[in-house]
Amino acid sequence: MKRRNFIQMAGLSAGAMMLPFTGFGREVDLAELLTPLMDAKQKKQLADIALNTTRSLGATYTDVRIGRYLNQFVTTREKRVQGVSNTESFGIGIRVIANGTWGFAATNQVTADGIKKAAEKAVAIAKANSKFQKEPVKLAANPSYGEVSWKTPIVKNAFEVPVKEKVDLLLAANAKALEKGASFVNSQMFLINEQKYFASSEGSYIDQDVYRFQPGFTVSMVDRQSGSFKTRSAFSAPVGMGYEYLDGKPEDKISGPGGIILYNKSYDIIEDATMAAEQAKEMIAAKSVEPGKYDLVLEPSHMWLTIHESVGHPTELDRVLGYEANYAGTSFLTFDKWQSKKFKFGSDIVNFVADKTQVGSLGAVGYDDEGVKCKKWDLIKDGILVNYQAIRDQVSLLGQKESHGCCYSQSWSDVQFQRMPNVSLQPGKSPLTPEQMISGVEKGIYIVKDGSFSIDQQRYNFQFGGVLFFEIKNGKIAGMLKDVAYQPTHRNSGILAWRFAMNAITG
Amino acid sequence: MPIMSKDEAQALLKKVLSYSKADECEVNLSGTDSGNIRYARNSVSTSGRVSQHQLVVSSAFGKKLGIATINEFDDASLKKVVERAEELARLAPENPEYVPFLGPQTYAESKTYIAATAAITPKLRSDLVEQSIKVAKEAGAVAAGFLEDNTGFVAMMNSKGLFAYNTSTNTNFSVTVRTADGTGSGYATRGYNDITKLDTKTATQIATQKAVKSVKARAIEPGKYTVILEPAAVAVLLENIFFRLDARQADEGRSFLSKAGGGTRLGEKLVDERVNIYSDPLNPDLPTSTWNGDGRPQEKVSWIEKGVIKNLSYERYWAEKKGVKAVPGPDAAIMEGGTKSLEELIAGTKKGVLVTRLWYIRDVDPQSLLLTGLTRDGTFYIENGRIQYPIKNFRFNESPIIMLNNLEELGKVERTVSVESNQNYLLPPLKVRDFTFSSLSDAV
Repeated sequence: MKRRNFIQMAGLSAGAMMLPFTGFGREVDLAELLTPLMDAKQKKQLADIALNTTRSLGATYTDVRIGRYLNQFVTTREKRVQGVSNTESFGIGIRVIANGTWGFAATNQVTADGIKKAAEKAVAIAKANSKFQKEPVKLAANPSYGEVSWKTPIVKNAFEVPVKEKVDLLLAANAKALEKGASFVNSQMFLINEQKYFASSEGSYIDQDVYRFQPGFTVSMVDRQSGSFKTRSAFSAPVGMGYEYLDGKPEDKISGPGGIILYNKSYDIIEDATMAAEQAKEMIAAKSVEPGKYDLVLEPSHMWLTIHESVGHPTELDRVLGYEANYAGTSFLTFDKWQSKKFKFGSDIVNFVADKTQVGSLGAVGYDDEGVKCKKWDLIKDGILVNYQAIRDQVSLLGQKESHGCCYSQSWSDVQFQRMPNVSLQPGKSPLTPEQMISGVEKGIYIVKDGSFSIDQQRYNFQFGGVLFFEIKNGKIAGMLKDVAYQPTHRNSGILAWRFAMNAITG
Repeated sequence: MPIMSKDEAQALLKKVLSYSKADECEVNLSGTDSGNIRYARNSVSTSGRVSQHQLVVSSAFGKKLGIATINEFDDASLKKVVERAEELARLAPENPEYVPFLGPQTYAESKTYIAATAAITPKLRSDLVEQSIKVAKEAGAVAAGFLEDNTGFVAMMNSKGLFAYNTSTNTNFSVTVRTADGTGSGYATRGYNDITKLDTKTATQIATQKAVKSVKARAIEPGKYTVILEPAAVAVLLENIFFRLDARQADEGRSFLSKAGGGTRLGEKLVDERVNIYSDPLNPDLPTSTWNGDGRPQEKVSWIEKGVIKNLSYERYWAEKKGVKAVPGPDAAIMEGGTKSLEELIAGTKKGVLVTRLWYIRDVDPQSLLLTGLTRDGTFYIENGRIQYPIKNFRFNESPIIMLNNLEELGKVERTVSVESNQNYLLPPLKVRDFTFSSLSDAV
């Protein structure tokens, strides 16, 4: 909701308003985009200016992030291209500890003078705020890695694929959807390259080249007669991959219940757009759900959001501690529950892991945004809450010595803080297929892909929608439903919902 | 550097345009200087300051448009950015919906800039936060809050003679106070252009009071209740109407303003006749820019008058196609209220629920504008004109359109901030019957 088109548009021309997200930075051409702005040696020299300045002003710790964030958006609508834009955001963020307190300043003037001024501001802010500090910030030890680098293992850099090829593919997908009767179709590709250079006063100089890619579309079906409309979004996922994600390899396709096709490690946008238009028609004609109690069979394309909201967020230590109390809220997974070592989060077969290393995933990087090497760890083991997500200034509160490596900042201009890694539900010991799960359900709903979502500030009461809903009757799919949203069966929680839902887990 | 005067901006924009060889060229220039403090557990957690500026060049050859941007303003960089925009325009596919840039326009002088806000110092920021933390500490409670301030300028000029310039300042503040044992929680938020109006102490006292009074909340059955919504709760519901006034979406059949059988609901009475919603850039209590991003003047526009949809917003292409005035969407919204205070609304209520804040608002059905979300940080049961006791939070499923049909009373208008969009509005508290709460939440 935050950046809907209601944002103050002043300062943007008609052309600039075509950019789907104007906050991403400046527009650049492709040739410039593909040219490295500066090498690691130059970045090290600039970072050292910041490190030396803050040290001389009394900072006891400093980290510097020189970030160049490149985005490409290709957006189309029906038979025409709406916009192709390349944006760049380049700048430096400097975070310090002075008088035991954090301070941060950022600037897009990445020159010796600009960096020096920002470094001075960061220290001044830390000192001004130190009067509030009850206890000095305590950082967990982190090794100095020296000069190292990491790159997302991509096969084909999506930025290097000609725009025409991308436009042609999107328009071909649109054409298929329109051919099958879609009223409207919007499609897009969104590319990210984060060139992040991290340097700290502890001697790490980390150069990372991170790639992310998300192709997708929305097919809309309008029934003018009844005045109703439905939208079917793409079954693609945002990935830490290159253009190879669009290979749509047969081995990556999964035929699901209700005649649907799902995608795993690669994606077929033409096929999916074709299916989308057909399903959107069915969505309009589908019968409305009868309110009541149902067993749910949830596809991973839906489940990820339920996990994200009701497992990922409540295990973030900053929420547990109250640092997010004013906005996102706190957490039902309070410290005492963790300390008891027996808080039953879900049934015995429920295992959730946090992972910043999973190849191809959105969250995978080599090092986090405070220079900690990334890893994988357990959050819920055999149904019990065993750990949280914590960064360098938090882990001592858990009696742990090492950061979990999940510190992140969305931009050079924002201060980094603890953010969710990939949080995944592990397969069961004897995995079932969705069909096998459905066969054991007498009265239920099979839900595909995430839709509407809302959850309270401690993560007890949620309500999730979806995109496709199939009625399950006596172990079989019995047609499509619409107007479905689910809440936990007991008012007191996601916890019980997890217990009920987790009778079986697929591979 | 980020904040340029009108003369400086004009000179720079003229220089950029002098490099243009395109059929049409438009240049947008902006700069911001912003600061913030985030605090939690009665202590500052993060704090920072960001300065940025940017120049956007849009060049067109026929119906082919190219855009390039830069944040360095030396002559060579400015020439480069114009060349790049022209290069991209030549390579771009023709856009059948391209509309030529506007010619010279007349704009009213805006009231969005307050010098005191622009002159904010790190000390003032930290003093404002210190006052807030002090209130919570003295009550034995725990505060978490966020204070941010922005000073910015925007300017644009094009080859057809249009020039526009504006400066603005604003500050938003919010605080959540929780009792030490976490069983009570209260909230307050404030937004102003003028930081001298910001009273963090009083705001935190209100949040603290709500926290203390919301301890030992009782569970009551979900269902339909008469509710009194404080302006902060009204904001997050009604902005879903303000955001979706676009005529094209309605014409295309995919908006709550689309009519069955075709056409839009413009001119139809959609809600209670006491509902009047408009935008006015010159309102002294909620000033906004007098021009929008493509150079169109922002004027006073009535959106809903006596319950009737009076205007829809148009992008310039769609307005041209439809042969109507291209009214831009609002930058802020104002709803007319009544004369009663919140206390008087409560006093006149036999049975009902006082909702001080709503949270996590999402669409359930865009066609009926059905929304879901939850109450938060202080929900109270009212009986016989008095607050009786705190109640546990509810999830609601309700459409603001239905809600405005079930209107009982409107209170006195005040400036409020949406916790969802950060937008500021002038809204009254509302008393509404049959508001649908669908389930309970144990969250505090």
